[in-house]
Amino acid sequence: MTSPEAVAGQRLRGGRRLLATPEGVPLELELAERGERAGAFLIDIAFMAGAILALVFAVSSLAASTWDTSWLEALFLLAFFLLRMGYFFGFELAWQGRTPGKRLLGLRVVDRRGGTLTVGAVAARNMLREVEVFLPLTFLFLPVAGTVDGWIKIACLTWAGILTLMPIFNRDRLRVGDMVAGTWVVTARRSRLQQDLSVVRSASRKGRWTMAAAPADKERRYRFGAAQLDVYGVAELQVLEQVLRAPDSATSRETVREVSERIARKIAWDVHGNPIEPRPFLEDYYAALRAHLEHHMLFGDRRADKHVMEVRRSSPAPKGWQPPQSK
Amino acid sequence: MSDSLIRSYRFRAEREAQWQDLERLVSIAEKSGARALSPSDLLRLPVLYRAVISSLSVARSISLDASLLDYLESLATRAYFQVYGSRSSPRKAVGRFFSRDLPRAVRAARRHILASALVMGAGVALGWLLTASDMDWFYTFVDPWLAGGRDPSATTAYLRSTLHDAGTWKDELVAFASFLFTHNAGIGILCFALGAVFGIPVVYLLFVNGLTLGAVCALFDSRGLGVELLGWLAIHGTTELFAIILCGGAGFLLADGMVRPGRQTRLAALAARGRSAAVLVLGAVAMLLVAALLEGLGRQLVQDTGIRFVIGGAMLAFWLMVFAFGGRGERHDEP
Repeated sequence: MTSPEAVAGQRLRGGRRLLATPEGVPLELELAERGERAGAFLIDIAFMAGAILALVFAVSSLAASTWDTSWLEALFLLAFFLLRMGYFFGFELAWQGRTPGKRLLGLRVVDRRGGTLTVGAVAARNMLREVEVFLPLTFLFLPVAGTVDGWIKIACLTWAGILTLMPIFNRDRLRVGDMVAGTWVVTARRSRLQQDLSVVRSASRKGRWTMAAAPADKERRYRFGAAQLDVYGVAELQVLEQVLRAPDSATSRETVREVSERIARKIAWDVHGNPIEPRPFLEDYYAALRAHLEHHMLFGDRRADKHVMEVRRSSPAPKGWQPPQSK
Repeated sequence: MSDSLIRSYRFRAEREAQWQDLERLVSIAEKSGARALSPSDLLRLPVLYRAVISSLSVARSISLDASLLDYLESLATRAYFQVYGSRSSPRKAVGRFFSRDLPRAVRAARRHILASALVMGAGVALGWLLTASDMDWFYTFVDPWLAGGRDPSATTAYLRSTLHDAGTWKDELVAFASFLFTHNAGIGILCFALGAVFGIPVVYLLFVNGLTLGAVCALFDSRGLGVELLGWLAIHGTTELFAIILCGGAGFLLADGMVRPGRQTRLAALAARGRSAAVLVLGAVAMLLVAALLEGLGRQLVQDTGIRFVIGGAMLAFWLMVFAFGGRGERHDEP
């Protein structure tokens, strides 16, 4: 068993990352796209701007009435500060790493090491927005006239630009705040439990099998020998699964027919002696292939795809081992 | 094959009910919060989560059903967030922050905080010595806008009046306090954020602030107003300067993580230090709120130098007590 520390942060293909859980079983997470994150940020900024407008409106209408302006001014300053500094901080703390914008787009902040999101982490990643977003904005409006010459402004903007665009420059799409807080932003995936294809029967045959009465090998219409199952590996099995799970349509039926013909050719199926009906044929082949590959997997022999030619059936003799000599 | 059924299919048939049970609980918790679950469901949640995560682990090694693996992965992840997400009430969390997290972070970063205090102290000393030797230095160290006429050309009587005059702000004390807080807290947060980037701006900010402070002290001291000025500063300054020193310490902590990551990677070291540094800054923001109240209200209402010293000293003792003794009793690894 690999230790959680060794697992944490391990990169998988594309935007997938392994998160170490305290249970020792790593979870596969998918990093949020940079565009999604920008979108969530814009939504949140819009909410903030709306709240600030409402605040200004409320204050100005109260100022017209009998309220003491000193108190009003104090309240306004405090509320503005709370909104600017506390919006992201408060929501991410209360909603476990989500703000309204992130929630709408299904994003979430998580701890890279797999622990609980701490107050310190949430505070750190959001305080850094000051140098990532708000400081560059002030640079942008810096006066070019007089002593502050154009070069200084350009230097400031370049520096700020690098900070702001940090998520583009690293594979984990971390902004500076994520680096300091040790967090990732991931998409909260949600998938449904689908029926097991090895027991699904197409409607054209005996109807559906219930969970309690799955088909036995001998009841299957098409049966395959070990040589016919050794042709493919896990990658092909899962492509086959996708083909079979595709929603029913003219094109998907066409694909099923083409795939069944190609497989029949590849495994030298006797098409004339035992003609095939595309879908049931593929379903039976899928079930047989999965049983076959899973059986070998149990013995430590996982065949990634059809290009892995050598399928080890027994472990080779250890080096230096000599068979006993008969005298 | 002797088995009439695929092994992974039987595996699924045996556990499917459990998975769907967990899925129902997680959906409720996601929609309306974990508090919407009944007490018995709340107790079952972690048990079911552990069952599902073990199912996932088994499924990875025996099943080749991609959609099943995908389902278990997403279910386990969703449950993980519910089980390990913080669930304490906000009031409890705030209490725990001040009584435990903040004091621990301060104690852990005591060397960085000390360094920050030394840099500022060096600024004060240099500013004081130079200005005391030649008053012209005052104009170098103090922004004329900040000085507001309190410079070497002013009369002693005028300087004394600035320490005891409450008249100018009397009508707008609350607004003044509020302005002070938002302004200072903004600076503190910026100081931390800049520290995360380079660390050098922090040294600069601390030192320059120290210079200004030293120059002002030297000016008032030369007119025999040193003690009165200290009282004027102490009432809120013990809290405010402490908070600024904490922010500086937080900046140093981050810079340290980048420069000396130790056995960790630089990114991991930065992340580990960043969190405790952020805790320091949050604490400093709270202290600045107190300081602003003391400066905006207390200093205008209390005109006696002696009482100003007492309040300032009491505040300093209070913060030191909190940081020295807070959160010592409990175990460290509690979530």
